[in-house]
Amino acid sequence: MKFLDEYRDAEFAQKFAREIHRVTTRPWNIMEVCGGQTHAIVKFGIDELLPKQIGLIHGPGCPVCVTPLEVIDKALEIAARPDVILTSFGDMLRVPGSTTDLLSVKAGGGDVRIVYSPLDAVKIAEQNPAKEVVFFGVGFETTAPATAMAVYQAAQKGLKNFSMLISHVLVPPAIEALMSSPDCKVHAFLAAGHVCTVMGYEEYFPLVRKYRVPIVVTGFEPLDILHGILLTVQQLESGRAEVENQYVRSVRREGNQPAQDLIKKVFEVVPRKWRGIGEIPQSGLGLAAEYAAFDADKKFGLTEHRVDEPTDCIAGLILQGHKKPHECPAFGTICTPEHPLGATMVSSEGACAAYYRYRRHDAPELAEAK
Amino acid sequence: MNTCDFNAVCPVPISQYPHVLMAHGGGGKLMHRLLEDFFGKAFGNPILDTRHDSAQFSVPPGKLAMTTDSYVVRPIFFPGGDIGSMAVHGTVNDLAMSGARPLYLSCAFIIEEGLPMETLWRVVCSMRDAAKACGVQIVTGDTKVVDKGKGDGLFINTTGIGVMEHALNISPQIVEPGDAVIVSGDLGRHGMAIMAVREGLEFESEIKSDSAPVHQVILELIQAGIEIHCLRDLTRGGLASALNEIAEAAGVKIAVEENLIPVREDVRAACEMLGLDPLHVANEGRFVVFVPAADAVRTLEIMRRGEQGGNSAWIGQVSEFSLPLVTVKSTLGVSRILDMPSGEQLPRIC
Repeated sequence: MKFLDEYRDAEFAQKFAREIHRVTTRPWNIMEVCGGQTHAIVKFGIDELLPKQIGLIHGPGCPVCVTPLEVIDKALEIAARPDVILTSFGDMLRVPGSTTDLLSVKAGGGDVRIVYSPLDAVKIAEQNPAKEVVFFGVGFETTAPATAMAVYQAAQKGLKNFSMLISHVLVPPAIEALMSSPDCKVHAFLAAGHVCTVMGYEEYFPLVRKYRVPIVVTGFEPLDILHGILLTVQQLESGRAEVENQYVRSVRREGNQPAQDLIKKVFEVVPRKWRGIGEIPQSGLGLAAEYAAFDADKKFGLTEHRVDEPTDCIAGLILQGHKKPHECPAFGTICTPEHPLGATMVSSEGACAAYYRYRRHDAPELAEAK
Repeated sequence: MNTCDFNAVCPVPISQYPHVLMAHGGGGKLMHRLLEDFFGKAFGNPILDTRHDSAQFSVPPGKLAMTTDSYVVRPIFFPGGDIGSMAVHGTVNDLAMSGARPLYLSCAFIIEEGLPMETLWRVVCSMRDAAKACGVQIVTGDTKVVDKGKGDGLFINTTGIGVMEHALNISPQIVEPGDAVIVSGDLGRHGMAIMAVREGLEFESEIKSDSAPVHQVILELIQAGIEIHCLRDLTRGGLASALNEIAEAAGVKIAVEENLIPVREDVRAACEMLGLDPLHVANEGRFVVFVPAADAVRTLEIMRRGEQGGNSAWIGQVSEFSLPLVTVKSTLGVSRILDMPSGEQLPRIC
């Protein structure tokens, strides 16, 4: 197995940083869409290697963060049922709904289990025929093929006790929504490499043409991100707006065709509410009619109750790049990863959680510490 | 040395019952046989052999150190160890963190009905071997059997007593600006060995737990006159939690450098795959020691001579600061906060 040190080499990082300094003549705001990239930027201190004119805006690309409270409440309602085993990714379990979280439901006797793959949930359903097994599926295009495969397999096996609560979201409609906002401050995007590994990057050409905004498909390691930023700044400085692929070791223009075919077979594109942003048209995936029997929402006859976000939370402004986490008065005081007020503090990939984890003494004290 | 080939050398002593029954904890003949044939046979020593309700022993002069810990690891057997050896090493290591020489252990078993006798015997043999290797005696114990479904195979609690043959005040409050921070080997192996088994991850080489006793090298440091300020074993929460606790208690800043911290490549790869930070991952045979900078080189020499300590490394230092803080300089040369893990979803690993 080959490792990642070559993408974390300090000398190469400095070379990229110097080149970015050399080509930058004006202020530019670049949004990294993916929470994994936000995490790497803050963890490795990549933003501190950049010229002052380059502002990094942390985008809405953390699936746990953008899952609406209403959907989390549905998961809580399902998980509390004695006949149900609810499965999900580890991060989802900590996310508070409007009253409680899945870990508390588990402590109260609910059967809530962490899985690393939706296919494990299918196995659990096979092993527990007397129980209803529900997978709480969240994520971008990256995890959609695995979710789709789980539904597909369950259908093949004729499983009647398996269903999904789905809150899958799509990246290009979110970029479109951000760009079409009148007070958008973003000049360019780093697109999420893993999403494009699945989907390719043809979807971005219309966005680039319509909004004259460079989009660079970028990986997740420090050198990937620095390289992506360099390509972006070179485009901005020379007045170009193109789709470029930095993450060539993983992404092909057409993406992973069998994975896309499976997504198309199992899902259909639907409108979706994003926590902190609101409803974005055609921005989510829901089960296609053929697989409606696996829809937990329908199976359990759940009703959606509108829930309002805490007013102290400015997650929406952060997700759209209008504010930085430490500019929020609640940051690190009444809002922490243990008691998150909103979307961006709940997951390790959320911008507020990343700042809290690595930067919470930012400002004078940490500067002194360095 | 610590493995037990029960087919060749450790035949299961109670052959007519392949599984543990409720009656094995019921106070009658079956329980008596279990105590005699398993625990008495494996752990036998003059103190235990008196078969009193409590162990009686004299202690050498000096302050005593006492600690207790419960072990619930799943799976019971994992690459590099098992719940039995861990229950000895963990408690011995907790004593060692006071600079104590471990003397006596108690052990209490909570066994789920239906546990294969063979499994129990393998664990008991492993404890016996580990205790022998550590130079400690298991002098008292207890056995309870719980209904099927009310336990998870086997839980073990051990309590340890050791004697402090030194006049040092080893505690986090003694840590002061200028101290060197030294770790006793590569980090993250225990946690990742367990996770790799549980998640079915396969690597070119198997990741083995680092579960091991560390008291010997600490006693050597004390003998060599090293002025140890603080010791902390790097179990749950890993290095990050240990450093944060110490920074908090001492009111200092601890700055470490990522590329000085030893982490094996396979461990780092497994961490990447599961989205974990090796500095948050548990160890069972690693500790961090704080010593005055003047003693650091000699400390490192002694630690590197130890059986497990070849990769010991000086990873950072302590300085004065307006608030307790742990920072780590990334491979790119930028410093950030090294926080405690907050509610990460880790399975039971200890």
